[in-house]
Amino acid sequence: MQTIVFENKPKIVATGSIAGPKECQGVVGKFVDKTLQDDTFNEETYEKAERKMLLFAIEKAIENAGLKEADVRMLVAGDLLNQIISASFAAREFAIPFLGVYGACSTLSESIAIAASLVNAGYIENAVAATGSHFSSAERQYRYPLELGCTRPPQSQWTVTGAGAALIANAGSRVAITSATIGKVIDYGVTDVNNMGCAMAPSARDTILAHLKDTGRDASYYDLIVTGDLGALGSRVLKDLLWEKGVDVQGNHIDCGEIVYNVIEDEFQGGSGAGCSAVVFGSYIFDKLRKREVNKVLLCATGALLSTVSSGQGESIPCITHAVAIENV
Amino acid sequence: MKQNENKFFNKNYIAYVHSFDPPTKHFKNCLRAFLVGGLICTIGQFLRYILEDAFGLSGDELSGAVSVILIFLGTLLTGFGVYDRIGRNAGAGSIVPITGFANSVASPAIEFKTEGMVYGMAAKMFIVAGPIIVFGVFAGTLVGIIYLFL
Repeated sequence: MQTIVFENKPKIVATGSIAGPKECQGVVGKFVDKTLQDDTFNEETYEKAERKMLLFAIEKAIENAGLKEADVRMLVAGDLLNQIISASFAAREFAIPFLGVYGACSTLSESIAIAASLVNAGYIENAVAATGSHFSSAERQYRYPLELGCTRPPQSQWTVTGAGAALIANAGSRVAITSATIGKVIDYGVTDVNNMGCAMAPSARDTILAHLKDTGRDASYYDLIVTGDLGALGSRVLKDLLWEKGVDVQGNHIDCGEIVYNVIEDEFQGGSGAGCSAVVFGSYIFDKLRKREVNKVLLCATGALLSTVSSGQGESIPCITHAVAIENV
Repeated sequence: MKQNENKFFNKNYIAYVHSFDPPTKHFKNCLRAFLVGGLICTIGQFLRYILEDAFGLSGDELSGAVSVILIFLGTLLTGFGVYDRIGRNAGAGSIVPITGFANSVASPAIEFKTEGMVYGMAAKMFIVAGPIIVFGVFAGTLVGIIYLFL
């Protein structure tokens, strides 16, 4: 049994989100709390901009919940940069106990699952789960300098510039977290770092199947099964992989990476990064949940747990997916 | 690690993933590279004529001056954020000429400036161009030795 059922049904009271100029041209543009005109966010470096976005999302989530910093009992956050500096440095600005987590792009569902567990158990009344990413800081850490004139392969994705945070509490909303399925690390031997979608799809399948088995539900139980950043190709592969096991998600699956950009130019397969699911969930999907346009969502943020060192040494890409069931009660 | 030594290697899945690989557009890529690379070389030749006629340069001085100007232009366009856009479409056409080398040195220099002038900019300047220099010098030495005995 990989699934934890939350009997006290911790609630998502509010979210905070912020996204870059390119992201806001897409579906999230109308729903985010702040749209950046300039992706440096008036900072000298992209790392500082990423940190400031994360800081903004956390502050906004607390504010939107009608709380003050002193009321918040725990901050659970992570990001993509080495030693999760964005989350730790953002936490430095608050007098809130902090748990730093790393799950690559699956950080959103990982931090929500941890926060919800603590709240459900009654250890704390509330907690903020947050994550974010920035195209330019990720590009520099994982790939090439920004101005280098190289071509991008067609399977590649574009790291989302943005951050999202969710305030989870024991009461105060109808949007409840009912269960969480903690994923296993799955590796099918994909070594191509430009094809993350195909590397992560098997892990998404594994967690979704485990969740459905543990809860005894059919995939059609959910209005939406939301994956993090598989991209267009990865989503197609996931549907095939699930179909092979007799599960049909054709009608209710969406992928944050696939829907985040309006026009596909250099993004090819769509968005990626920890910020991808954080922005899409924190703005668009939470808004739909609150307005009861959708009532049952399975949020499965997907993460590729590689580093530049492991891929340099020729290792394949281990991946993880955590699923969180969010329902209107 | 070789792929077949990886115990996680799932042959069927990898074959399935490769079935989605889009075919490489060799003709289109070659044409673009030819046009852009050719254009850069034409500009170089044009500069050569000007320097020869107007400034009376010749021989090594002439080729040196042309290279310096092209390197300057490549660096300038990198700084303006134009060269990466050219490179995205032109592929090898803008990577192979000397302007591409200038781009590969200037782009990390800009990028790592935030980590200081010595350990940032200067140390990281050759992260892309380093291998080109190493193997360039090695190949040059090898050819030089062969030439010595011929």
